[in-house]
Amino acid sequence: MEIQEKLAVDAFKNDTESHITLDQEKCMICRERFCIYACPAHLYELNEESRKMQVEFAGCLECGTCLIACIYGAVTWRYPRGEFGVQYRYG
Amino acid sequence: MERIDVVIVGGGLAGLSCAYGLADSGLTVLVLERGDFSGSKNVTGGRIYLEPVRRLLPDLWDEAPLERHVVRERLTLLGRTNSTSIDHYSDRRDQRPYPSYTILRARFDRWLSEKVAERGGFVIPQKRVDDLLMDGKRVVGVTAGDEEIPARVVVAADGVLSFLAERAGLRRDFEPEDLAVGYKEIIHLGDRKIEDRFNLEPGQGAAQLFVGAITGGMMGGGFIYTNKETISLGMVLGLAPLTRLQNGIEAYRLLDAFKERPEIRRLVEGGETVEYSAHLIPEGGIRRLAGLVRDGMLVVGDAAGFGLNMLVTVRGMEYAMISGVLAAETIKRAAQSNDFSASTLSHYEYLLKRSVIIRDMETFRRSAEILKNPRLFSLYPQSVCDLLEKVMEIDEKPKERLSSTVFKELRRNILTLRGIKDLWSLRGI
Ligand SMILES: Cc1cc2nc3c(=O)[nH]c(=O)nc-3n(C[C@H](O)[C@H](O)[C@H](O)COP(=O)(O)OP(=O)(O)OC[C@H]3O[C@@H](n4cnc5c(N)ncnc54)[C@H](O)[C@@H]3O)c2cc1C
Ligand code: SF4
Ligand code: SF4
Repeated sequence: MEIQEKLAVDAFKNDTESHITLDQEKCMICRERFCIYACPAHLYELNEESRKMQVEFAGCLECGTCLIACIYGAVTWRYPRGEFGVQYRYG
Repeated sequence: MERIDVVIVGGGLAGLSCAYGLADSGLTVLVLERGDFSGSKNVTGGRIYLEPVRRLLPDLWDEAPLERHVVRERLTLLGRTNSTSIDHYSDRRDQRPYPSYTILRARFDRWLSEKVAERGGFVIPQKRVDDLLMDGKRVVGVTAGDEEIPARVVVAADGVLSFLAERAGLRRDFEPEDLAVGYKEIIHLGDRKIEDRFNLEPGQGAAQLFVGAITGGMMGGGFIYTNKETISLGMVLGLAPLTRLQNGIEAYRLLDAFKERPEIRRLVEGGETVEYSAHLIPEGGIRRLAGLVRDGMLVVGDAAGFGLNMLVTVRGMEYAMISGVLAAETIKRAAQSNDFSASTLSHYEYLLKRSVIIRDMETFRRSAEILKNPRLFSLYPQSVCDLLEKVMEIDEKPKERLSSTVFKELRRNILTLRGIKDLWSLRGI
């Protein structure tokens, strides 16, 4: 099952503003890209054209893994505002 | 704004248990929860053991939305192409009061928040707390957006990442060693299929743990818990190996590979994935506990670091509930003398030390360190499976004596100096 299909069964209420921002200067010199390996929703990706890291905040499961897994401190992360984000029905 | 007696940040198990313990005391109790309802952001494996909490919260369990009581446990060691399981059934676990149940948090937490409301506590959803209100070194409330909410005492029940404990200077910055990530699918199968495939009678439940080849040598494992109509199928991985190993495996793919294993495929066949979720788990053990009190504030549950990886099970839910109740007792006592200073609130630490939480954490003091050993998650499960495969195999050659097959295999990987040291280290778990 593709990860996109899995995320598609979850209920999300997306904010217009991202709750995750990256320090592109740090990402530029990062070689390991722990964020790509660790994110269970596979939301991190290197944009081939711009060579910048991007994160798709809309499917975020709010686990916080990327915040800790990026040992270079490039991830600024907070919980989405009150009404927004993932809504678990089972948990 | 009028000053609230107790503001609890986070309506998970820890926060709600604290609120439940306080709600009939005459104090005004406010729980602030960022999700749409309690539980809408929460994830567990999950299995809750009721024995440790029954006495503290006696009248909750008859109507609680629990899923199945667990009577079967199965531990499976996975090699790359083979596996070995130990299946344990106990009649005792099938007798009331049942000692442990599977649960789903979106249901359970929501129900518990209703119980808190019935007792007179206020649970306010969709309220993300942003910061602490300080008066010098005292915590005197919280802020949410541009709203200030003054309180006589604040309880940080905001889960594993606890930004509040961090703000209060009660915990150090996290290292990957301190945490694991758990992620899982909820797969709908229906009650009949669950009972057939997992060898259960109606109402009975199973818990299955998997260690070995599926984590690519990383610390962690897989799990399946049966719920009423669904199963929870997922994995737990330590963050430290994820940030050390460059083996090119993305965590989310490991779960798919796990589901594809022949041992699992038949169990989930025809099932429909209805949810995918992920959450961090505190794994730093007793050495990485947060500070628990300061003037005007206490920390409970995962926020304090009350979680344990006991290899075959992750525990945190009972600890969350117990610590919440002990914090409530401490607050009631402090309210009598109208003194919420750190020295009065340190009664909480005293209660914790005598509770099962700190005792367990002492007992498992070294487990986090021992579980770092990657051989436990690759070499040994593989060796056991290979050994049994050899023992069971009949091919065209004359069979060797059983003892010599076993001894040869053992000598290869397990009865080495390193192997013996590793086995010996397991006594610390
Ligand atoms: C995959 C997995 C498997 C597990 N398996 C088991 C198991 O089998 N048995 C077991 O006992 N334990 C298990 N655990 C651990 C257990 O789930 C946790 O220990 C438990 O959920 C901790 O409860 P808590 O109330 O402390 O925190 P949480 O349940 O995380 O609650 C924290 C609450 O605070 C809210 N919050 C956070 N920040 C804010 C804010 N700023 N403002 C407002 N609200 C906020 C959140 O929305 C949430 O409701 C497992 C965990 C995972 C992830
Ligand atoms: S977020 Fe961190 S791990 Fe990911 S590319 Fe940037 S620096 Fe590297
Ligand atoms: S919080 Fe979790 S799901 Fe969201 S981007 Fe980070 S790692 Fe991925």
